[in-house]
Amino acid sequence: MIGRILAWLTDGAHWQGSDGITRRLLEHLAYSLTTVVVAALIAIPLGLYIGHTGRGRVFVVNLVGAARAIPSLGLLFIAVLWLGPRLNGDIAFLAPAGIVLVVLAIPPILSGAYAGVESVEPNARDAAKGMGMRGGQVVRQVELPCALPLIMSGIRSGTLQVIATATIAAVVGLGGLGRFLIDGLAVRDTPQTASGAILVALLALAVDMVLALVQRCMVSRGLTGRYRTVQVFDHDADIEATPTAPLLQ
Amino acid sequence: MTWLRDHIGEVLGLTVQHTYLAGVPLILGLLIALPLGWLARRYKGLYLLLIVGTGLLYTIPSLALFIILPFLLGTEILNPINVVIAMTIYTVALLVRTVADGLGSVPDVVSQSATAMGYRRGRRLISVELPLAVPVISAGLRVAAVSNVSIVSVAALIGVQQLGSLFTDGFDRDFMEPIIVGVIACVLLALAFDGAILGLTRLATPWQHAGKPAS
Amino acid sequence: MIRFDAVSKHYPDGTKAVNELTFEAPTGQITVLVGPSGCGKTTSLRMINRMIEPTGGRIWIDDQDTASMDETELRRGIGYVIQHAGLFPHRTIVANIATVPRLLGWSKRKAEARALELLERVGLPAGFARRYPAQLSGGEQQRVGVARALAADPPVMLMDEPFSAVDPVVREQLQDEFLRLQSDLGKTIVFVTHDIDEAIKLGDRVAVLRAGGHLAQLADPAYLLAHPVDDFVADFVGKDRGYRALSFQASRHYSLTREATVPLGATAAQATAAARGGWILVTDDSLHPLGWIQPERITATIQPEMLQRGGTVATVGGSLRNVLDAALSSPSRRGVIVDNQGALLGTIRAHEVLVEIEERARPELQLEDAAEEAPS
Repeated sequence: MIGRILAWLTDGAHWQGSDGITRRLLEHLAYSLTTVVVAALIAIPLGLYIGHTGRGRVFVVNLVGAARAIPSLGLLFIAVLWLGPRLNGDIAFLAPAGIVLVVLAIPPILSGAYAGVESVEPNARDAAKGMGMRGGQVVRQVELPCALPLIMSGIRSGTLQVIATATIAAVVGLGGLGRFLIDGLAVRDTPQTASGAILVALLALAVDMVLALVQRCMVSRGLTGRYRTVQVFDHDADIEATPTAPLLQ
Repeated sequence: MTWLRDHIGEVLGLTVQHTYLAGVPLILGLLIALPLGWLARRYKGLYLLLIVGTGLLYTIPSLALFIILPFLLGTEILNPINVVIAMTIYTVALLVRTVADGLGSVPDVVSQSATAMGYRRGRRLISVELPLAVPVISAGLRVAAVSNVSIVSVAALIGVQQLGSLFTDGFDRDFMEPIIVGVIACVLLALAFDGAILGLTRLATPWQHAGKPAS
Repeated sequence: MIRFDAVSKHYPDGTKAVNELTFEAPTGQITVLVGPSGCGKTTSLRMINRMIEPTGGRIWIDDQDTASMDETELRRGIGYVIQHAGLFPHRTIVANIATVPRLLGWSKRKAEARALELLERVGLPAGFARRYPAQLSGGEQQRVGVARALAADPPVMLMDEPFSAVDPVVREQLQDEFLRLQSDLGKTIVFVTHDIDEAIKLGDRVAVLRAGGHLAQLADPAYLLAHPVDDFVADFVGKDRGYRALSFQASRHYSLTREATVPLGATAAQATAAARGGWILVTDDSLHPLGWIQPERITATIQPEMLQRGGTVATVGGSLRNVLDAALSSPSRRGVIVDNQGALLGTIRAHEVLVEIEERARPELQLEDAAEEAPS
């Protein structure tokens, strides 16, 4: 069986064409990326607002918890059955699927955003205000950078959710790698199904690793603790090392 | 809701199946995660390995795991045991970190007092640290339970019978009602799991809601 | 100069945090607001930079009503130091210190130079510039907090229990350095603390607040110790008032007794020859006192671990409190007095210090006139 799966995967023909691996991979990435970005555009500002002002917090916490309980497959089917007939052509399944993907990605990102803002040390926020930063400056210069670790982890969570749901969405006609799983199951082409599953798993892992890297680069080292511990005695060594490097970014 | 009235037996049967498929992995997962989480706390190197390892497992989309597992296990795709094992893997992946964090949430001073009083490590773990770790572990368990109920429904796509089957049947026949019934049933089941775990936690942690001190 | 004019803070639920508070914090001096919890001291402080808005009365900074100013502009002109520093964890130390200058539009280069200058001023090594707050200890973070408040050279500084969150040894160091800094800079400072000893040590003027935001007494520390206006203030100021008041009186140059010394490594015979009253003082090459020793306890030659170090050492011209303590704590009953470089000048006995204490004039006992506030 492993042999048949490998044969399927290495067959050049399977990589080309409008239902080849490459095309499906790109589709999957496209759906995932677009919906995560849309969800982030909605959820991050909302989450920042809720975390900053504390308003609506209880409602959101419960919403996020409840959202976890809703089966994505059921939601997908309901959306397609309800919206599909009102639309024509490809949009008939693209739109409902897209909406469901965005809706499912919002809770983890929202949660990350407001938890992130809440995790900002109150002293730092108080000091920022007391020094004369206006509201917007406090958010941009202090709260957002300090909230970044949790926001990023929310985005990673949301992205994985979307990749998984996009896989399932193949059953309502969406493209992407899920097609291999669904089509393979339908015609009992086990090598196809298995290959599709492996590809999806690899995609998810790869995307998560990339996001982890992005997180590593974007989050200030002061927060993660990833700095060189220099001995206290050679206290001037840090400055001497790069005399012309600017200290203020 | 005539459909529901006519098919109530079927729905209940599927609910029982669903409960089994979501619940058994929860228990198995917890039992496996407890020692693993303890090990992760004890040996720092293991912590990183386990967290990264389980993180990787959790990243794999559910449908993909449901399909890959039969090959690894040599079972039929349709066999519900695949689902149970896959869900157990997800539960363990979620809970190892929670157990480690839960044990870590026990204040150092408490563990040290226990040791100073003469508790040996094993007894201390069971009598002192684990009970105190219950709130954190329980929170993770609730998340796992709710996710499990939701994810199990995906198994309908590989033909395993549970509430998700209502979705696929309904969609195939262009019929909204069973899907809605299925979604509501899933949500109710998730709430039931959540409530059950909450109730058990309350029983296990009487000190957390002991009421105000006598003035 | 900061002037509180019948300032009140009443909350909608009926709590009265501050009640008709009126006082002046003179320019270039440290005014300490001190009192038990709930006395409104922090609330009053935060009304100065409008982190909390007063519900009644007005606050003036040099004849400008703070309510009439844009609150952000107001805050950029006031240095603000809080407990636990409140440093931005995601920024380096230099970036933290340079915050207000950058807000004011200074160029990066100018802000950076100023930040490095202040880093040095608060006694931190230049190598800390690129570090992050999490890498610093509590005391070090607090120093950065002070540097950050000084960055734009504001004339006014507000400090809310800045030294409370560190351990006592570090706290004393921070307090001493803060006083040194202030003697260089001469800022107008309003300082909040719950610790009466800190208030007395640091304040040029001390305002004792009562629960509910009432001013109980405003006076300079020596006067406060000598004339508490009522039982509340007397209790709050605490016991040991006579002893603590000695901190404010400098000792004069009276005659010190010459004291023979031996160096480390001296033999028992040498020590016995020089000893008086069973004890001999051991010093180093520059005559810095190291400790006392009883000659009969010397085996072979004098080694550091044999020294008795219980006695404190007072600097000539230092406070009567330090001089008296040097005499009381010395194992030989002879208090060691050193010069400003730490070299031995001579010794003094406790009864000699007591004579000086009893003979000195006590200006603080003169009841001051109308300048003092002792309202209800």
